[in-house]
Amino acid sequence: MNNPVPDVGGKKELPSRVNSLGWLLLVTGIALAGLGYAVDPRRMAFDNVIGFLLVVSVAAGSVFLVALEYIGGAVWSVPMRRINEFLSSLTLLAPILAVPLFFHLHDIFHWLHPEALDSDAVLAGKSPYLNVNFLIIRFVAVFVLWNAFTYLFTRNSRRQDESGDPRLTTINIRLAAIFMPVFAITLTLTAIDWAMSLEPHWFSTIIGVYYFSGTVLAALSVATYIIVRLHENGYFPMLRRDHFYSLGALLFAFINFWAYIAFSQFLLIWYADLPEETFWFINRWHNGWEYVSVLLIIVHFAVPYFALLTQESKMDLKRLKLMSIWILVAHLLDLYWLVMPTYHESVSLSWTMLAFPVLFVGLTVVVLSYNMKRNNLVPIGDPKLARGLSFHL
Amino acid sequence: MNDKLLYSITAIFDSPDEIIHAAHETSSAGYTRFDVNTPYPVHGMDRAMNLKPTRLGFFSLVFGILGAASAILFMSWISLVDYPLVIGGKPFWSWPAFVPVAFEVTVLLVAVLTVVTMIVLYFKFPNNSHPLHDTPYMKRVSSDKFGISIQADDPKFNERDVSDFLGKLGGKEIAPVYFDTEDLGHGHRFFEPKFLLVLAVMAIVVSGGTYVIFNQIMFMEPFTWMSTQAKQKAQRPSELFKDGIGMRRPVQGTVARGFLPYAFTGNPDAAGRSLLNPLPMTKDVIERGKAGFLTYCSPCHGNFGAGDSRLRGQFPNPPTLHSDKVRNWPDGSIYHVITEGQNVMPSYASQISRDDRWAIVNYMRVMQRAHNAKESDLK
Repeated sequence: MNNPVPDVGGKKELPSRVNSLGWLLLVTGIALAGLGYAVDPRRMAFDNVIGFLLVVSVAAGSVFLVALEYIGGAVWSVPMRRINEFLSSLTLLAPILAVPLFFHLHDIFHWLHPEALDSDAVLAGKSPYLNVNFLIIRFVAVFVLWNAFTYLFTRNSRRQDESGDPRLTTINIRLAAIFMPVFAITLTLTAIDWAMSLEPHWFSTIIGVYYFSGTVLAALSVATYIIVRLHENGYFPMLRRDHFYSLGALLFAFINFWAYIAFSQFLLIWYADLPEETFWFINRWHNGWEYVSVLLIIVHFAVPYFALLTQESKMDLKRLKLMSIWILVAHLLDLYWLVMPTYHESVSLSWTMLAFPVLFVGLTVVVLSYNMKRNNLVPIGDPKLARGLSFHL
Repeated sequence: MNDKLLYSITAIFDSPDEIIHAAHETSSAGYTRFDVNTPYPVHGMDRAMNLKPTRLGFFSLVFGILGAASAILFMSWISLVDYPLVIGGKPFWSWPAFVPVAFEVTVLLVAVLTVVTMIVLYFKFPNNSHPLHDTPYMKRVSSDKFGISIQADDPKFNERDVSDFLGKLGGKEIAPVYFDTEDLGHGHRFFEPKFLLVLAVMAIVVSGGTYVIFNQIMFMEPFTWMSTQAKQKAQRPSELFKDGIGMRRPVQGTVARGFLPYAFTGNPDAAGRSLLNPLPMTKDVIERGKAGFLTYCSPCHGNFGAGDSRLRGQFPNPPTLHSDKVRNWPDGSIYHVITEGQNVMPSYASQISRDDRWAIVNYMRVMQRAHNAKESDLK
């Protein structure tokens, strides 16, 4: 390597205090979830769907961001790419969170009830897709694919740390090109299986894109928060305002993308005014859900839009930290809005809602700390690293 | 050189990194009146030059709010006040439909007005001259070099110091730029005769062009084909008649052929009693009645008049024509119902001619007989 790369390499472990906190949160989350299943299994199953989708968002979204960097030839994100790689290993753990769901499928999926199928021609017509065997096949296929790509991306990236071989980047670019259509299909299937089929009569062709926009936001906000925190604590001394500006700009772009997709979905259904589509929104406009719907627009769009609008705010570390947590919570609210009206027609709050977010935070910290112990924090062998470090707008 | 004043000292650099460095050093050295010229936007220049954030963003915000508000107000005015239309059974004021339009107008207005504001505020439009124009320096920095120009009106300016300073930064082709005294005071010359003349010419050309396009060119026919014919069209004046009215009234006391007024309006009983079917029961007449029946009657009453069309159940049910009531009606009553309508059935007087109506009555009689055939009919 002829490029004068500043000394950024090496493994940098998180303090054991953080690791213990992560384990504590993880165990607390699991305990809460277990307690929830003991007290009110149906309610807990719905919260489990939200929690599962949240982890899938961050996991699949991180794989997507890694692939995006390769396929787009991005330079600015190379020094921080490891964070996305670390988070993408959540794809291995996400299916575990769905295991309890498979014992409560009857509680969450109306299309599974045989008596409903008998009297309902629509559900009977959808049964070639909506049946348990095919659901399990899809579930397994989706996660096998995601894990395979995650494994290949990160393996090549880690090998490059030692060899510095630029051909590994080329291989990953080709992998990313294959991954993109695979990701589009698998994420759409996930959104249909775990969000749309909760209301088996309803259909929206845009639901996959809708969930995708939230997915990228969730993954990006988690990564942004981690990167800013690590930078503040001296892990990423080489990052500059230009890097943070890029993170903020990407967050801002996807805030707008989410609003665009969410409004498109609403506008088309509102315009056509077909009863088989509108009832989904009508359910979200009665019995207190109208407040959640309005809150979602404010929390998921209006506030982060204005908070990240100016150039300065995208570089302000405090603002970025606040907004990345904010956007993650907004995504959680989005999932709640997507899933919960099926559980109960009116808004219902419960302590069980806390279980999976707590579990998720703990899991993320543990996964991050595990990976940071074993891997270099910066991809030192990447041929684009020198340009990434000297990146300015 | 008596009428020439020193404008600035310029220097050329080779790379964006050098110019960023030079701009940073210049602003750090305390110079405030200087500018940087590059062939493309170099990011990070604002900070290197220590510039205050531009006010342009504020203008954009104002224009954006203006655009959104005007679009929403305009659409609200159209759909509530000027031309309320029910579209798809939705309320007059259907805001979701406004969102895409409001968004587009906002973007359009922000983009156009921000550029105009930038040109007026920062380029001092309509002033189009600048001392750096037509200099060798400008030729270089508008193709592949990066230049810095420290102005003579800087409080720290000193010709020799600045030249030395730029030389120390690594600048090449350090040269002074002069300008004519007549170029002094380049403010907004909105009231300059030349500018007003240009504005007037533009206004005349744009409005005149718009007028010609919308009033002349739009109505030009490239080929007349058969659309222009020497005949009188409805609602058009006529040169043939003295009063110039194309649509003539009938001569007083006469009735046009086939336009005999109906004498039994609102009087079905009299129609049944007085009207007699002028058509005979021949095969031709029945065929004619069948065609009329299948065209106008069967969509509601069914192909065989049994009231079993696909409208059944979606509408007040169309009655069967084989009921005792209809069968015992005289022909005149059936003719009256076709002419005037009954209950939800509208009048068919304008669609079905008088003779066709009688033919349909005959065809109905045939169907009624077929539907309630007597023993004797089978023989």
